[in-house]
Amino acid sequence: MQSKSAVIYGINGPVVTVKNVPWLMMKEMVFVGNERLIGEVIAIHGEDTIIQVYEETSGLKVGEPVEGTSAPMSVSLGPGLIGNIFDGIERPLRDIKDMSGAFISRGLRPDAVDMSRKWEVKMTAKAGDAASPCGIIGEIAETAVITNKIMLPPDADGELIEVVPSGTYTCSDVLARMKRKNGEIAEIKAVSEWPIRTPRPSLKREPISLPLVTGQRVIDVLFPLAKGGAAAIPGGFGTGKTMTQHQLAKWSDADIIIYIGCGERGNEMTQVLEDFTGLTDPKTGESLMNRTMLIANTSNMPVAAREASIYTGVTIAEYYRDMGYHVAIMADSTSRWAEALREISGRLEEMPAEEGFPAYLPSRLSEFYERAGYVRCLNNTEGSVTLIGAVSPQGGDFSEPVTQNTKRFTRCFWGLDKSLAYARHYPAINWLTSYSEYVNDIAPWYAENVDKDFIPDRAEIMSILREESSLMDIVKLIGADVLPEDQKLTLEIARVIRVGFLQQNAYHAADTYVPLKKQYLMLKVILHLYDRCKHFVNDCAVPVSQISKSGIFDKVVKIKYDIDNENLDKFDDIFKQIDELEF
Amino acid sequence: MGLEDLSGSLVVIEGIRDASYDEIVNITLDSGEKRTGRIIELTEDFAVVQVFEGTQGISLTNTATELTGKPLMLPMSKEILGRTFDGIGRPADDLGPVYYDKLMDINGKPMNPVAREYPRSFIQTGISAIDGLATLIKGQKLPIFSGNGMPHDSLAVQIATQARIAEDSGQKFAIVFGAMGVSHDVANYFKTAFEQSGAINRSVMFINTSSDPVVERTLTPRCALTAAEYLAFECDMHVLVILTDITSYCEALREISSSKQEIPSRKGYPGYLYSDLASLYERAGMIEGSSGSVTQIPILTMPNDDITHPIPDLTGYITEGQIVLDRALSQKNIYPPVSVLPSLSRLMKDGIGEEYTTADHPEVSNQLFSAYAKVQDTRALASVIGEDELSDTDRLYMKFGQEFEKRFVGQGRYENRNIKQTMDIAWELLRILPRSELDRISPDLLDEKYEV
Repeated sequence: MQSKSAVIYGINGPVVTVKNVPWLMMKEMVFVGNERLIGEVIAIHGEDTIIQVYEETSGLKVGEPVEGTSAPMSVSLGPGLIGNIFDGIERPLRDIKDMSGAFISRGLRPDAVDMSRKWEVKMTAKAGDAASPCGIIGEIAETAVITNKIMLPPDADGELIEVVPSGTYTCSDVLARMKRKNGEIAEIKAVSEWPIRTPRPSLKREPISLPLVTGQRVIDVLFPLAKGGAAAIPGGFGTGKTMTQHQLAKWSDADIIIYIGCGERGNEMTQVLEDFTGLTDPKTGESLMNRTMLIANTSNMPVAAREASIYTGVTIAEYYRDMGYHVAIMADSTSRWAEALREISGRLEEMPAEEGFPAYLPSRLSEFYERAGYVRCLNNTEGSVTLIGAVSPQGGDFSEPVTQNTKRFTRCFWGLDKSLAYARHYPAINWLTSYSEYVNDIAPWYAENVDKDFIPDRAEIMSILREESSLMDIVKLIGADVLPEDQKLTLEIARVIRVGFLQQNAYHAADTYVPLKKQYLMLKVILHLYDRCKHFVNDCAVPVSQISKSGIFDKVVKIKYDIDNENLDKFDDIFKQIDELEF
Repeated sequence: MGLEDLSGSLVVIEGIRDASYDEIVNITLDSGEKRTGRIIELTEDFAVVQVFEGTQGISLTNTATELTGKPLMLPMSKEILGRTFDGIGRPADDLGPVYYDKLMDINGKPMNPVAREYPRSFIQTGISAIDGLATLIKGQKLPIFSGNGMPHDSLAVQIATQARIAEDSGQKFAIVFGAMGVSHDVANYFKTAFEQSGAINRSVMFINTSSDPVVERTLTPRCALTAAEYLAFECDMHVLVILTDITSYCEALREISSSKQEIPSRKGYPGYLYSDLASLYERAGMIEGSSGSVTQIPILTMPNDDITHPIPDLTGYITEGQIVLDRALSQKNIYPPVSVLPSLSRLMKDGIGEEYTTADHPEVSNQLFSAYAKVQDTRALASVIGEDELSDTDRLYMKFGQEFEKRFVGQGRYENRNIKQTMDIAWELLRILPRSELDRISPDLLDEKYEV
């Protein structure tokens, strides 16, 4: 690649202008200034070319060089990404710390993939094999749980003319040579590049049919998310967005988690690093960091890199998807990303639309969420990318543009509620405003793998909660004492559902993650209790207060703590106690 | 170099050579008066300079401009303790210039998340509502959301003078105070209060009063935080930074933004308000391998007591919790008028419990929150149907609510309660309620503590 050079004409925050450089392409990656800060071409107006710079621009001078790379902004994909932590443009933060200490300096460009680290490579292809798009030619044990598959590029064709024997190699070693149909010879290494703004191709999208099991009751039962789906978590500050994201990252049954801290707090990323290293994955028994990758572009790091961070994350997710993994991305928070767009748009003096956001906000959001999906990959494996985006609406008002537009592109919506959070009801997912359109897609899976009554029971729980909310409107006006007994019972059962089922304690060893089997049994117990009590109240005219005195409601509320995840046969006792109730 | 255009605090200079973005320029008027400015936009043909002291008296011809080649640097040494500076770090007392051992860029650099140490140690403020329910943790940023006319200043002073670190190793504790656009009275109040408590010798003050130049106001918190970082990470001290009033700071940003003709976002504030505030707040924390820490308590007055206003809203998204003051409580003569339900400390969960405070702290605080939330419902009900119609349990809740506000939230301005005392009061209050209502506390703990 031949690089050409131009000079800086103007500087305004992260936006740099150069003049009369017709050879710069849109979205091309460039190096700016003597310190070679990384930038990207974002607009070309006649003789002006506008570059956004991914690092702090203080001290930059007019006349310093700008160098093109003739390639779009890309990330390196290779073994060693899992377990690591990067900034928004895939610079490994641990290496940066070694280079510049506790504070991040400019112009540092350590390799994203460690090129000198030796890997044990097992080659599975041989010379003479046909080369197919994304074809897998070898394997590397990347972490204790993730096997990195060495893939040919998505546009591969022709045949492999040379393959090295299995052995120890680094990422800079050539592992195979491919002769393309047009006669060109391509070298294949364990590491490759891919532009962040271009989705990696796949054969076709498969219909969604598997749930992403999270071990969180309110999600798995009421508002389930599917593998390959997209969900939004909006909530004002202090409602527990980050907490919910952390719980999902810890316990969901995806193979790989990519956690993007986009314009959020530095301490939160430190916490993820600390917590995840110490926690074990219930599925594999290994440390959670062995399946987790972090992207941390905290709120005080350069704003343009914040804009890039979610694309970096989703591109890496697609890379692992192509190996046949189920990848889940937690983006916390997409509102900060939207604000980064707004900030840069403002510097470009573009015409603002709603609340100062650029008019292209919806199309950018839809481009991002459409990169989720359950696909058949080019190499005929199946993999998925699930996106979970937190939204931080201004003033906690869900009618603002980012929440509204996100709602249009995600089919699962977990609305966090301030009043629930104030009462320390966590997770503060409001059961009246939230929804999941995936319920019908994954209902067959639940019927087959959990119980055929799971979905009907779920519907009954939802209707009890809905009834409670309309009864509460009356209670607020006249108090609960004047309600007829059957309605009092509904309120009491709804309380059991809220406190005993929906509230989940992330800090309790048995309650932080609950297997589906136990979730279902809890559901069943509550509904069974409801049936029995209905019988007493309606047929025997027993007042609810008398049933309440037996302590059975509190007993059911405490099931979540009293029965741990391994001893599910203890549920038989509870059923028996309910059956033996007499008044 | 010729001046081309003047508007607000901005000067456009033509034909400038070898200037760099964000660099400081010295401007000398014909009268000999010197002013300082900063380059905020730069092109080959012109530079836009923001003049800190304002542009009055500057004409197109009467000035000489000189580049310094550097962003704004602050001279730092341990001598700054006990000193008072103006809003951009020039000595404002009679003690002369600082003999520095380090010059530091006031913009700082972002802290690498990998190098951060997760904050866990409890700071005892001696205020029950904070220690018990929204615990301050060393290295945290915990703002006070207040309103005009509420006692946020005395609360800040009380926190600053009473704050103790639990495992106090005799390490030095310093206070950095940054005042942006406050009245002279307020600045004096803090100064006198620190003098009276003897804290002045371990404090550094940066004061930009409401009559000082607006542009300087945007630099004051950066100067304060630079001093804090120096003391924390170079001198291994625990630094408590009090910044007041963030609202004036944001107003200053808006004023400058509009004079630069930038496209406004919500309520006319610039689109980068979030990033800008984050560049201040994120400078709190601890780093691995250093025993110092920076803890921030920014104070902001919510315009019209509206917590959804962009300033408290964006602040809440960046900081690790908030302490909200409530006008109704203040009018009931409860001090400090901490509104318990919306107040929150995000780092609390990892910094309390047996190892740091007391073993029963997590469950008790949870129970207090949930009981007090119930009090609000009961009060709403009582206001409709009248207190006489309430059930017995509801009446107990009403009593609990009243006592809780009076005895737990309320305390004296000089009353310093340790965490044990705070917990004892909490238990006394919880005993007002029937045992069956205490569903957030484990039965074992209730057995031990509920019956006296």
